[in-house]
Amino acid sequence: MLKIEDLHASIDGKEILRGINLEINPGEVHAIMGPNGSGKSTLSSVIAGRDIYEVTHGKITFDGVDLLELSPEERACAGVFLGFQYPIEIPGVSMVNFMKTAVNEHRKYKNQDPLSASDFLKLMREKKELVEIDSKLTNRSVNEGFSGGEKKKNEIFQMAMLEPKLAVLDETDSGLDIDALRIVANGVNKLKTSENATVVITHYQRLLDYIVPDFVHVLYKGKIVKTAGKELALELEEKGYDWIKREF
Amino acid sequence: MSNLEHIKEFKDLYSSKIEGIDSPDFVQEIRKKSIEAFTSKGFPNRKNEDYKYTDIESVFNKNIHKVTEPRETEVKLEEIFKCDVPDLDANAITVLNGFYYSPNGEMLKTFDNGVIVGSLAAAINEYPDIVSKYLNELCKDSKESLVSLNSAFLQDGIFLYAPKGAVIDKPLQIVHLMMDASDIMAQHRNLFVFEQGAEGKVVICDHSLSPANFITNSVTEIIAAEKSNVEVIRMQNEHNESKQFTNTFVKQRKDSKVVLNTLTLHGGVVRNNVFVDMIDEDCENYTYGLYLADRNQHVDNFTYINHAKPNCVSNQLYKGIMDDEATGAFTGRIYVAKDAQKTEAYQNNNNILLTDDARMRSKPQLEIYADDVKCSHGSTSGQLDEDALFYMKARGIGDKEARMLLMFAFAQEIISKISIVPLYERVHDLVEKRLRGELSRCNNCMMNCKA
Repeated sequence: MLKIEDLHASIDGKEILRGINLEINPGEVHAIMGPNGSGKSTLSSVIAGRDIYEVTHGKITFDGVDLLELSPEERACAGVFLGFQYPIEIPGVSMVNFMKTAVNEHRKYKNQDPLSASDFLKLMREKKELVEIDSKLTNRSVNEGFSGGEKKKNEIFQMAMLEPKLAVLDETDSGLDIDALRIVANGVNKLKTSENATVVITHYQRLLDYIVPDFVHVLYKGKIVKTAGKELALELEEKGYDWIKREF
Repeated sequence: MSNLEHIKEFKDLYSSKIEGIDSPDFVQEIRKKSIEAFTSKGFPNRKNEDYKYTDIESVFNKNIHKVTEPRETEVKLEEIFKCDVPDLDANAITVLNGFYYSPNGEMLKTFDNGVIVGSLAAAINEYPDIVSKYLNELCKDSKESLVSLNSAFLQDGIFLYAPKGAVIDKPLQIVHLMMDASDIMAQHRNLFVFEQGAEGKVVICDHSLSPANFITNSVTEIIAAEKSNVEVIRMQNEHNESKQFTNTFVKQRKDSKVVLNTLTLHGGVVRNNVFVDMIDEDCENYTYGLYLADRNQHVDNFTYINHAKPNCVSNQLYKGIMDDEATGAFTGRIYVAKDAQKTEAYQNNNNILLTDDARMRSKPQLEIYADDVKCSHGSTSGQLDEDALFYMKARGIGDKEARMLLMFAFAQEIISKISIVPLYERVHDLVEKRLRGELSRCNNCMMNCKA
């Protein structure tokens, strides 16, 4: 589904990603771990198409299409979803209007008619229940005044609404208490099918108690330096990153 | 033509066209004093701090016909002008080139609750007791020369009188139209009086219906007596060759509440002055403005809110979106007198500049002489939030639509202050169309000119 080959990317002339190789297939859950500053968030931003990063070498293909040729909105409509580490507050834009616009842009991309107001509200209701998001939150402006936990739940709600093929969740667990973590993880698990894939970027093993990965990758100095099964996460939790740092 | 020559032109015009008009003494008196005041003041030039950013002198420095009498209309206005707010259930009246226009000859209308609405010229003759009590009261000491000019040529405009306790149930819609084959300058005067406990809403719509160069000099006096409740919304939608100057004066008595909202959707050069005088305790004033300017349009808003007595609340919020090479200015002044304790006064001006060439000059000012007050002022000018844009794009929303959503959200804060629901909805649509670039200044006009 997603294939990253020898990806190099930099910001303001500083190279952050130094040759990433990664392949993700439908039905898989990947965890990307690594110490601060290793390039985890850069990788997710490059996949989503943030233009402050410059891809200097390598390629990303998504369902056979050159992802780097697509605009961020085209990538989203093609089925790539980025769950933000720090979801943005947009005062004055209501959640309903935001989601309705997003859903209908996705539908337009697929040559489908826009959803009627009642069908849209029905869809919102279903998805809210699925991810256990407080119905009051969707009456407000996008993320405005939301707590950290509410913002992250809202990311999962948006993911539920847009049904991406590939979800990249950037530190979705940061700032969450244990209840919020469980709700967020449950949401991700409920949305998982054999057709889609999830990439969980995290610092801590804790999230992986709830979202069980098929593969764990360790990113260090802009490269994936280690890949293994879920047991690698436990090892990292126990030993920290120092032993990896020593190896490279 | 120099400033002096131009002042002389108005003075001569006054002598030949205005001085001889058979009007009651109090009106003659106002005109006489005002032409003297205007002559001594002249047009403000850019050395005047308050007019630093809007060049009035050069606007008037053109050969343009000054309208001093009603136009003989051979066309039926109601056939060529289609209102922007068709669903507004309002009593609509029209002012054409500064003079009341009545399709059926009725100049004044009196309602069962005593409310009087119609031509100011007619009211001067029919209700001289009421009119003489209030007319020019709020602007007789104004240092604005355009106000003096307006008073010197004072003839017609709209008169609205709501007696004690009267509630005007339907909004009054005043349509100011400019229409002529050649370039003209027109002036009009509005006088709104709300007696004790009276309530009402007024919608003023400024339009241009033909492509000529227009100058409008508009003065509105609003008297809000004790416990009155007034909302005045002004929608400015004139073409790019128009120059519009408005001066709005408000005097508030105890426990009164006044909401002013000025929405500038289109215009060549627009300057709006608002002067609010809260001369008793416990008044509330809300003064809002939204301006959307593109190409070479210029919008300048100036406010002066006077807290003369304790326990009054005022809140000003002006927001603007400037595109292309548009320029704008905002000067807001809050004055809190020495004994106006427990004043709450807020002022904010926020701007979005869509291009590198757009310019905005903002001067929020506080002048406080009391020591127990809550006051704040602030101003921001910036671009659309890139993080928010990326967030929306990452959800599949295209660049144009994402920008649109952000701009609309920005404008919405002002639009949402409109309490007349059909008007709110219509303005909502108009602003959206305007931001999408679909609202041409001519699309409410069936003449389809190319200006």
